[in-house]
This record gives sequence, C-alpha cells and structure tokens, in this order.
Amino acid sequence: MKDISRINNPYDDDKLTACCSIFGMMSVERRTFSGSDIMTAIASMHDRGNGLGGGFAVYGLYPEYADHYAMHIMFTHSAARQQVEDFLSDGLVIAKSERVPTRSVQAVTDSPDIWRYFVSVKPSKSEAAGEDDYVVRQVMTINTTLDGAYVFSSGKNLGVFKGVGFPEDIGRFFCLDEYEGYLWTAHGRFPTNSQAWWGGAHPFSILDWTVVHNGEISSYGTNRRYLEMFGYTCTMHTDTEVIAYGVDLLVRRHSLPVELLARVLSPPMWTVLSYMEPSERELCQTLRQVYGSLLMNGPFTVIIAHQNEMIGLTDRVRLRPLVAGVKKDMLYLSSEESAIRLICPDLSESWSPMGGEAVIGRVGQPLVPTQSLAAA
Amino acid sequence: MGMRDRAMNSLLRSMVSEGASRIRLVNVFGQRYIATNLAGRVEIDIEGTPGNDLGAFMDGPTVTVHGNVQDGCGNTMNSGAIIVHGRAGDIAGLSMRGGSMLIRDDIGYRGAIHMKAYGDQTPLLVVGGTAQDFFGEYMAGGTAVLLGLTGKPHRARFIGTGMHGGVIYVRGEVQSYQLGKEVAVLQPDAEDLALIEEAVSAYAGCFSASAREILSARFVKLSPVSTRPYGTLYTY
Amino acid sequence: MKSYVLPELEVIRDQARCIRCRVCERQCAWKVHVYDGEDDVMRHCEENCVGCQRCAVFCPTKALAVRPYSGSYRPNANWTDDRIRDLIKQSEAGGVMLTGMGCDKPHRVYWDHLLLNASQVTNPSIDPLREPMELTTYLGAKPERVDLRDGELATELAPQVRIEIPILFSAISYGAISYQAQEALMRAASELGTLCNTGEGGWPASLRKYADNTVVQCASGRFGVDREYLNLAKIVEIKIGQGAKPGIGGHLPGEKVTEAISKTRMIPEGTDALSPAPHHDIYSIEDLAQLVCALKEATDYKKPISVKIAAVHNSAAIASGVVRAGADIIAIDGIRGGTGAAPKIIRDNVGIPIELALAAVDDRLRREGIRNRCSVIAAGGFRNSGDVTKALALGADAVYIGTPALMAMGCTLCQKCYTGICNWGICTQDPYLSKRINPDIAARRLVNLLRGWSLEIKEMLGGLGVNAVESLRGNRLHLRGIALQEWELEVLGVRGAGN
Repeated sequence: MKDISRINNPYDDDKLTACCSIFGMMSVERRTFSGSDIMTAIASMHDRGNGLGGGFAVYGLYPEYADHYAMHIMFTHSAARQQVEDFLSDGLVIAKSERVPTRSVQAVTDSPDIWRYFVSVKPSKSEAAGEDDYVVRQVMTINTTLDGAYVFSSGKNLGVFKGVGFPEDIGRFFCLDEYEGYLWTAHGRFPTNSQAWWGGAHPFSILDWTVVHNGEISSYGTNRRYLEMFGYTCTMHTDTEVIAYGVDLLVRRHSLPVELLARVLSPPMWTVLSYMEPSERELCQTLRQVYGSLLMNGPFTVIIAHQNEMIGLTDRVRLRPLVAGVKKDMLYLSSEESAIRLICPDLSESWSPMGGEAVIGRVGQPLVPTQSLAAA
Repeated sequence: MGMRDRAMNSLLRSMVSEGASRIRLVNVFGQRYIATNLAGRVEIDIEGTPGNDLGAFMDGPTVTVHGNVQDGCGNTMNSGAIIVHGRAGDIAGLSMRGGSMLIRDDIGYRGAIHMKAYGDQTPLLVVGGTAQDFFGEYMAGGTAVLLGLTGKPHRARFIGTGMHGGVIYVRGEVQSYQLGKEVAVLQPDAEDLALIEEAVSAYAGCFSASAREILSARFVKLSPVSTRPYGTLYTY
Repeated sequence: MKSYVLPELEVIRDQARCIRCRVCERQCAWKVHVYDGEDDVMRHCEENCVGCQRCAVFCPTKALAVRPYSGSYRPNANWTDDRIRDLIKQSEAGGVMLTGMGCDKPHRVYWDHLLLNASQVTNPSIDPLREPMELTTYLGAKPERVDLRDGELATELAPQVRIEIPILFSAISYGAISYQAQEALMRAASELGTLCNTGEGGWPASLRKYADNTVVQCASGRFGVDREYLNLAKIVEIKIGQGAKPGIGGHLPGEKVTEAISKTRMIPEGTDALSPAPHHDIYSIEDLAQLVCALKEATDYKKPISVKIAAVHNSAAIASGVVRAGADIIAIDGIRGGTGAAPKIIRDNVGIPIELALAAVDDRLRREGIRNRCSVIAAGGFRNSGDVTKALALGADAVYIGTPALMAMGCTLCQKCYTGICNWGICTQDPYLSKRINPDIAARRLVNLLRGWSLEIKEMLGGLGVNAVESLRGNRLHLRGIALQEWELEVLGVRGAGN
C-alpha cells in the first residue's frame, strides 16, 4: 500500500496550489502535425511557470494501435515494472510494450523509467464490468497501491508526456518534435510546494480525457466530497484531478453532451436565467440544482481534451485569461494571445470567450466565426 | 525569439533617457511591462502582440500597437496615450488616472475598473467595439466610451457596478439588467455630446473611421446614482 | 411557605435622575415598580424582577439599572448560585421546573472554535459589493444525474423551494408567541424571499396570505393540520423533536389557550394543548416512511416534505434513516435551540451541539452516497453571520434561526416565556402586552438583521474567493479548528489552525 497523497503532497496541504500556463491546438480535419509548434508556444509563456512541472497530451499519435488502450507508466525502480506488468496481465492482453524513447536534455534530471503498453481487455473482465470501467479501476489500483509506479495516461491513441522541468525541456526530452498528432495540449507549472514529483505534473488524465488547468478552485472541498460519493478517489489533491473526474462523471457516466459541461462547471448567475427562454432556463436551473456541488468556483481556465473535442472554458466571472484563435482548420487556445501569434501570426480570428462560455473544437466540424464556436 | 522582458525594457529605458524620441519594437510576442513607468514625450511603435501590463504607470509617452494587447493595458496610467490597432484583454485602464487609451476593436473583462480623475486630469478610454462584463466597475472618475462598431451587440453585464464618479457613454443598446445597481441611464445633454464628439474624433482620427457616421447613431449616458453608494452599509 | 430563595436580580434607581414619570410601572407586567403617591417616590420589589430590561430601556432619564443580585451564596464551584436556587425553588414548588429559550450552560460552543479561511495571493478575493455573490438556495431532494432526450431535458426534479438567502425563521408557534410577533416574522420572510415556520401551533387564517413563504409543521399534536393548511404551505415539516427538549412532548397551559389560539389550534378554549412525546403513529423508521408518504399523497407530490429531529447521539444514523424514508429535507436542531417552555433539566442536559451533529450527519450521508437526496437545515444557537457561514462550510444547505429573530424584536433572554408574561410583547397572549409589538416595526428589525447578516455572509464568501454559496457548502477545507482536541477536530472533519 502506498500513500500517493503523501508523495504528491508531502506537506499534507489541503491541496496543491499552482499557477500555470496552458496551451492547446487542434486540427478539426484531423490533420496531424508535430509537437514543435506547441513547444514553441508554451516556451514563450515561460514566466508563468518555474520549471517544476511541464507536460503534454497528444491525440492521434498511435494510429497502428488506435483500438488499444495506450498506458504510459512511470517506474522509479525496476522491481516496480515487473510487479505492474504481472498485475496488468491478469485482465489485460499486452499487445506491445516498450520503453518510451527519450533524449538527453541537460535541464531534465532524475527522470524515472517510462514505458508504454498497448493493451486490450480480456473478455472475462469486460463482461463483468464495462471495458472502460475496468481499465479505470486497474489504473486506480496501480496508482494507489503498487509502489514505485504511476500511470500517466491510459486512453486510446492518446499519450501524456510529463515531468519535472520546463515544458519545452520536457517536450525535447520526450522527442515530441518527432510525433504526429491532431490535438495537442500543454501545461507549464509553478507549484507552491517546492518538492516536485514527475507524477504530479499536468496534464491529468482519466481514460481519453486530459485536463490542463490554470487557477485555483475554491470550491475544491465541495467538489471533491461530491465526487467521492460516486467512487472517485482524489489522491492527487489537485484541482485538475477534480475537474477531470467531474468531466468523466458528467460526460462518460451521465451522458451529458459536452456542450453542457460549461453549464455545470461555470453556470450562469441566477439573475441571468431570468432572461432566458423558458426551456433553456429550466434546463440550466435543473442542472444547477442537481450539480451545484460541481460548480467550480474561484479563478480557472481549463482546456479539456478528448478524442474528438478540445474544450476551453473559464470561470463564470473570468478571473483567469483565455484567448482563442482560428486559422483554417486549426483552433488554438492559450493563456496568452502572444503565444498563439508566435506560431501563427496571421490568425483569421482571435477572441476571448466570456466567462462560463466554452469554446469547443470538434473533429469534423469546420471552424466558423466566434458566435458559432462558443457553446450555447 | 529575441529579448525577454527585463532586458528589453531596460534597453527601452536607456534609449529614452538618452533622448530617443521615436522607438520601434518589432517581433514582439508576449514581452511584458513594456513602457512601464516610462515618462517623457517619446513615441513607441510596437509590432506584434505585447504581453501583460503594457504602459503600466506610464506618464507621458505615446504607445501605438499594431496588433492586439493582452491584460492590464494602461494599468494605473497617469498620462500619455495608448493606441491599439486591435483588441485589448482584461482590466484595460485599471485605475487609470489620466491620459487616453483608444482601442480599435473589443476589450475583455473589467475595462476601466476603478478609473479615477484627479485635479484636472480626466482619463479617457474609447473602445471601438464592445466590452465584456464589469465594464466601469467602481469607476470614480474619467470617461469611458463603447462604440459598438464591430457589429457585436453589447453583451456586458454588471456595467458600472459600484460606480461612484465619472461617466460611461454607450453607442447602441444596453438593457437595464446589464447595469450595476449604482448606475442610472440618462440621455446625453449638450455637455455630454461635446465630450462624445471629442472622444469619437480622437478615435476616428487614429483608425481612419468616419466620425460623422459614428456620431449619427444614438448614445446613452450611464452615470452613478450616488457618490456614496455604501454610506448606509455599516452599522454600529 | 416562605421562600428561602435569594433574589436573582436587583434594581438600582438613581433617585436624582428619576422624575417619577411612572413609565417603568406601566411597562412592567411583573409589577416590579410601584409609585408611592404619599412619598412621591418610585419603589420596587426585586423578587418579581426577571431582568428583561424593559424598564431600563424605556426610562427616559436612564435612571434604572437592572443587574444580577450583588449578594451571593458562598462561592462553590460545584454548587453554583443557580444550582442552589433551583434546588430551593423545586423544594418549594414541587414538580418539573420550567424555563424558556435556549440552554444557557457553559457547554463548549464550537462556533467559537472554528475559524474561516480567506484568499491570499493564490486566488483573488471577490468583492461582493460590486461583483455578483449568490446566496440563492434550492431546498429539496436532488437526483443523482440529469438526463436528456434529443437535447431536451428529460429529468423531472422532486419539488424544490427557492430561498434567496440560506436562513429561515425557525418553528415558533402562535401560542408560544403573540400574533403580532408571528405576523412580523412572516412579513419579514416574505420581504426577504425566505421562509418562516409556523411551528406546531397551527396557522392563523389571516396570516395565510404569506403562504408562499411558509413552512407548516405536522407535529405530534397535529394542531391545525387540515387540508388548507397542507395545500397552501410551501413545505410540510414533520416535527419529530426539537433541540431544546429532545424526546419529550410540548405543553401549552390552558390559560394560554385563548379564543384565538383555540381557533388556530382547533382545540377547545381553556384546555391544555399537549403535544405527545412521540407521534403516536411513528414508533420506528418505517412508520416515518409511511407518514412521509401520506403527506406526499396529501400534497399531490408537489411539496418537499421535511423532517425535523433533535440533535442526539446517533443523529448520523437517524439522518440516514430519515433520508431513506423519503424526506426531501432534514432539519436538525441542536442543544442550544430555543423554546417557549421546556423543563430546565432537559433543556440543559439532553441533546448535543448542532456543530457536531451537523458535521456527523453531513459526513455520514456522503459516505452512504445519499447526501444529494435531501437538503440539510441546521438549527440551534446561531448568534451571528459567522456561525451561519461556518454551518454552511460544515455542510448545511441552510439554517433555521429562532432566538436571534426574537431578540431582533426585543427579547433579552429573561427565560420566562413559559409564564405568558412578556414585557416586550413577544411570548404573550395578553392583548395589552402583545400590542407592544408593532408588526411593521418588528418586521423591519428582522429584515435589517438578516440584511446585515446576508451582507456579512457575502463578504466572508467573497473573502474565501467564492461567489456562490454552493461552493462553500460542505467545504470543510475552508474551516480550521482552534483550541480543540483531536477527537473534536475529527468529528468536525476540520484541521487545526496552522495545519
């Protein structure tokens, strides 16, 4: 048994606070591109981080294994790897396993051993519970009980690369310029506790969901206790974890359309409801009455990504910045506009969405002017 | 990527103190605090996207940006001018005390927040497009104008919340539910119209627009109801 | 029998200031002050004084001071003055000693050992004077999820009631208080956009115009419970118990059952109004489920059904049962809860503080995964907005206040409510005394109080970096304990300050 909370939160803070930079870019035509641009963009927001955490999520990078769960797992010692592989083999068929290629970067030191496994669920296990639920449970078990191991990501055709270092250095370390993906998100971190752990960097992921987040959720205590009722164990003590679980609950388990996420996480003020059309008002009111404990209060900007969507959202009174940019099939989301301009100087359009109004890029849906991109 | 904030601003300051009257910055991508606390009659042209706090505490220079600006533009500016051929982010003109800021397109949240006037200094913020929520939040003085020229309706809420001085002019429609409770909607009088004309002319001059066309539409005036909106709030 | 009891209070009159206007004589229904025409001087009998301060407040020259008797028994930490007096009184009166209002014993007040958080640097405070700050609360059972069909809302919620602030007026019956006082409470509730609980004394017809802001009680005595009573109310509350007297019934003496009371409670004039200890149709949890269901049927499933229990040792388990019995709202009343009449020994020794009960109930319901099936209202001893805010952080959806509401109208906690004599016109049916409450003014005082508290709560929420009350609900991380023992911190689910 291991106490991951102690590892990630060694001073036993209520939760970890961090200030950060975030960036996201996707091609709605599923056109793939390398990580060079995003590394440049996140590097330009260098001052928002302090080198104690950086990470990327990449979608579409494993086309030959697109139907397999791609598990990125870090090990701090070799015995851990054997133990995890034995554990995985119980219910999963491992189609391929290999060490994740890295290159030597001066600024990145003390790296753990990071492997990737392409797995599928054995029929016996998938009959008992759904495949997804089974994988989630296995990941939780590894993360909370198996010493020296931590799962970075476990989605299909998705990889999370993260560690202790500035994001641009982490990107170089993982050779991200050599991968091709159609949706990339990045995060640079400035945690307030000085001991850093590779597993604690962002993005946080659960199945195909990844979240990068900038801000401080003051409703964390409420959100966490609510999610724990549904079986989620919040071991990381971070806002990002709670947002990811919240999204998993609402979209995967409760089948709410992605467009309504904003209405739950950053609902409009009650006064605004009185000016809505009756059917919309009733929907918003009901969502808030039922999911009031998932209201994310406090300043935040998040980029939530999935196989087919990239969603940018800020808190209801926009205490954290978010800029969106569009050029042809590319949608950009960033904490600062300058980062987008650096890699794409001639955007056809750029804007800041209103607080609580999501920007959603969806594969297969062409990007049209602002009003249509913002969720209703 | 060139120079980072500190090095660049340091160079800027030394150039100004050596008497430079016109400086051009190119390839600007996110460098912060440009022209911060800079004084004197100098013109600075910026090409690119400057970072946060452009012109903070500025006292005199004229900064022209060919691109969009980010958050905190004109933060606590005392005098001078900032002209943006593009958009601005959040808290534009925060605590501005004097000078003028002309933004061609839209701005973000909390524009002109706590803008104030002092002595004979009256700051001016003109926004060619529209603003987002909390425009003019607890404004204590100065003039803020929204022209609505970018074709988007005014969707800002909590306009003028906590306002207790200064004036806001809006070209186009705002509904009463969009306003803070400290603000009343009035018809501009002759004095207001003169101020509006001045603001519009300044804008039109910078961005080659038609002042006449802009002025032909209806403006409303938003003014504080009381100078002490919280006078009865605290009891023994 | 000659009384051996020392007086509890003394009246000091500054004769130089006294102008013999006799206001004190007129204001005191206890007949403490008497004018002696022969000597042209005011005299007083201290033994009658209850310390309500009415005379001191109304004396135009501020000539009066009412204070604890300056004499005392020999100091004894075990046999304190009041324990000695109580003993002597009981041996003279026989029977159960009554008292009014809430427990005044020095049990630990946990609100005074809880401190709130505020934002510093890592997230901004929100300024409630200028930015929106939402206290709106919906009471009622919530489902686990929202379902959509073809993009349209498919989920239908159980009945919800909206209140603009998370503070309601607690159950105080007409009979315990005067008609004017009850009208003031209902009027204030209406103005504030919250609710007032009728208590178990029925609901005067002339006050039914405030139906939109009324919670009615269905208590063990079922006073005044008829079709219209149930049909008009916003919420129907089954009263199992109250914090001031857990486990026992209620008793309104026959002399307080006037014509008006008799009509409202639907009992004969002059008879005692007795509320049995248990509901005689609820001897176990499944019986409660049955009554809840009966009320839902009676109200066509259109109103939330609340169940009020006193805070006792196994409140957590009880609460779980109550929720599973189908209650939409559960109200928990702690040991500090007020009352018009209760045996003193029960008021002071039975029940537990609401802070601990609330924490335990909220925790238990969450661990069972059923917290969202009900709204939790906490009651019993809230003194200010700080207490309320802390209650929200511990997990309450809203709080009931009784004592502060009466104090806003003038009550000074003299604890003589059970006598029906109240110089402030609150706990009395005497028409001469109850006229002293002007419902307009009293309602204004109530609105002022809650307006002040609302603003303060908003300030505290804003200070925490939160702009919606949902985000503080159950957010124990925003509380810290101070000068508490480990087990207390554990029950409350909060860390020690500095930790």
